[in-house]
Amino acid sequence: MSQALDEIKIGGLGVSRKRVEDNRFIRGKGNYTDDITLPGMLHMEILRSPLAHARIKSIDASKAWDIPGVHLVLTGEMMATRNLAWMPTLSYDTQAVLATQERMVQTAADDLGMDQAEFRRMNFVQDDQFPHRTPFGFLTDSGQYGKCLEVGLKAVGYEDFRRQQKASRARGRLLGLGISTMTEPLGAGNSREYDILGIKMFDSAELKVHMTGKAIVRTGARTQGQGHETTLAQIVAHELGIPAEDIVVEEGDTDTAPFGMGTYASRSTPVAGAAVAMVSRKIRAKARKLAAHLLEVSEEDIEWELGRFYIRSAPDRGVTIQECAMAAYSNMPDGMEPGLENTAYYDPPNLTWPFAVYIVTVEVDPETGVWDVLNMVAVDDCGVRINPMIVEGQIMGGLTEAYAMSNMQFITFDADGNCIGSNYMDYLLPTAWETPGFELHSEVVTPCPHHPIGAKGIGECAAVGGPAAFVNAVIDALSGMGVRNIDMPLLPDRVWEAITYRRDVSGAPPVRSDD
Amino acid sequence: MTTIVYEDQEGQAGGNGEDIPVRRIKFTVNGEKKIAEVEPRLLLAHLIRRGLGLTGTHMGCDTTNCGACTVLVDGRPVKSCTMLAVQVDGREISTVEGMATASELHPLQEGFKEEHGLQCGFCTPGMMMAAKALLDENPDPTEEDVRWALSGNLCRCTGYQNIVKSVLWAAAKLRSESGS
Repeated sequence: MSQALDEIKIGGLGVSRKRVEDNRFIRGKGNYTDDITLPGMLHMEILRSPLAHARIKSIDASKAWDIPGVHLVLTGEMMATRNLAWMPTLSYDTQAVLATQERMVQTAADDLGMDQAEFRRMNFVQDDQFPHRTPFGFLTDSGQYGKCLEVGLKAVGYEDFRRQQKASRARGRLLGLGISTMTEPLGAGNSREYDILGIKMFDSAELKVHMTGKAIVRTGARTQGQGHETTLAQIVAHELGIPAEDIVVEEGDTDTAPFGMGTYASRSTPVAGAAVAMVSRKIRAKARKLAAHLLEVSEEDIEWELGRFYIRSAPDRGVTIQECAMAAYSNMPDGMEPGLENTAYYDPPNLTWPFAVYIVTVEVDPETGVWDVLNMVAVDDCGVRINPMIVEGQIMGGLTEAYAMSNMQFITFDADGNCIGSNYMDYLLPTAWETPGFELHSEVVTPCPHHPIGAKGIGECAAVGGPAAFVNAVIDALSGMGVRNIDMPLLPDRVWEAITYRRDVSGAPPVRSDD
Repeated sequence: MTTIVYEDQEGQAGGNGEDIPVRRIKFTVNGEKKIAEVEPRLLLAHLIRRGLGLTGTHMGCDTTNCGACTVLVDGRPVKSCTMLAVQVDGREISTVEGMATASELHPLQEGFKEEHGLQCGFCTPGMMMAAKALLDENPDPTEEDVRWALSGNLCRCTGYQNIVKSVLWAAAKLRSESGS
């Protein structure tokens, strides 16, 4: 009896379980589209000159055009006449909105002569005002905005930093602190309001428990590194008490997967993850009937604890979920359909609303405009965390994107419209060398009231809310210099211009040219 | 010793017409000796991925920026999309597929798993090869050493913090194994 399971033993909710999928990737056995060329599949090949470093005088592509199945042959000559554009590595409309909004909040506080933290605190939606209908019609579900801010301010040592900032300024050093706070709607649909080409936005999960008590779960989402093979098993483990290591997660084969809208916009956990929880509950409901049959009592006399049904009046007498699974194939009650499997389609009643506070401190070099991150604190409240290790990985990745956007990323075109930022020498991604360290905080947990396990979306938050924190910090460092704004990215020459000429720097960075 | 004949651009434009010269090269991949017939224009990355079928070496940018295609040539990290296959004649190549034995992972592989050093996994083989070159040379690196050694490899998922931890984890494990 004292064998009671807990979440840690079975790899359930809140466990930083090591990723199952890693076994593939660390051996070089991951599969990417570039590894697969199926017969008849449209794909691209780059053909080089047969002689290294030879100057190409002309290209005769006529033979290539004659090969059956070739759709298009592109040569440098042809590329010059086609207007090709490039996208940033991470582009999402809410980033621009949040960056603008959070710049406006800081500017408003500055103009009013108010403390940044205090100005935000007094404008937050209060905890007891949830659910809160925004002027745009969204219903934000829950949050503890004030508490998140307090955690962040404490972590960064707000009052101390302000004193230090003042003292340093007197010695000519420019320190700055920037705050950005964010929430955004994650986990589309519901089906009433959201569709793609008429297909309603829901998601799905199918769960099959074998007679051995091991299980396979399939969803209509598809992991691209978010760790579904690990975390979706943890949801089943939490709901059914089957150890996560006994659960296989299968995604990505549209011939066998239930229909779903896939993975993007931080919707996998809010929607597909919810479907996994709901299908697990359907399985548990059937297992309860099997348990009643095995224990020879009525269903009403049965209680559930993690991984086990027992008789309320005699807790020692019980059956495990694995025993129920075996009974589903070998000893079901009269009239019951054999087997233990089901499908759930989850149509979310609302979007999920995570909240985050990002605080950055920087030092700006007045001579060069170069700025360094001194500290970056991230307080994310994404409700219940299924696998904290994976959630933190998502946040750190997002913060790095935020740093990159605020600091170095832009796309340049020359006067003829040619993109001259078309490789990673011109369009910069930060490396291990530049990327600052991050301090993550997970103390604040406001479970999502309508999600079956209380989880909220998280993947996008840091990349969306982060950029303004860096910009706000640099602008804060320049306070009193007559600089209200520098448009992203804050390249050193733009910051230098702002400092040197005591003015705002706006618009796109100048086009580089060889002239 | 296995001989592979690399048929460049199979079934596509250009093909290996009779006018394109072919060079015979001998080299070692993950300890196995190979002979290959290659066109001089063939990139090492393509020889590895298509000729040898070792698709654990990824190509992310084709321009030597991202480091996903990093392999070791005579123990030194090389971005294989910028090296010609003919340049490895007589040399030794190590790729991610050669890191683990059937029963045992390399400490770097364990480290990446332990410290959640990967998400989508695309940069991981290149990161591990670059890290291996570092640890072969410097068994006790600082965080700064690791960051510098990996600064030629781009990652879009992790923000590097966990990658750095993974390498330090592996360094500690390797040191404890060698009893130093």
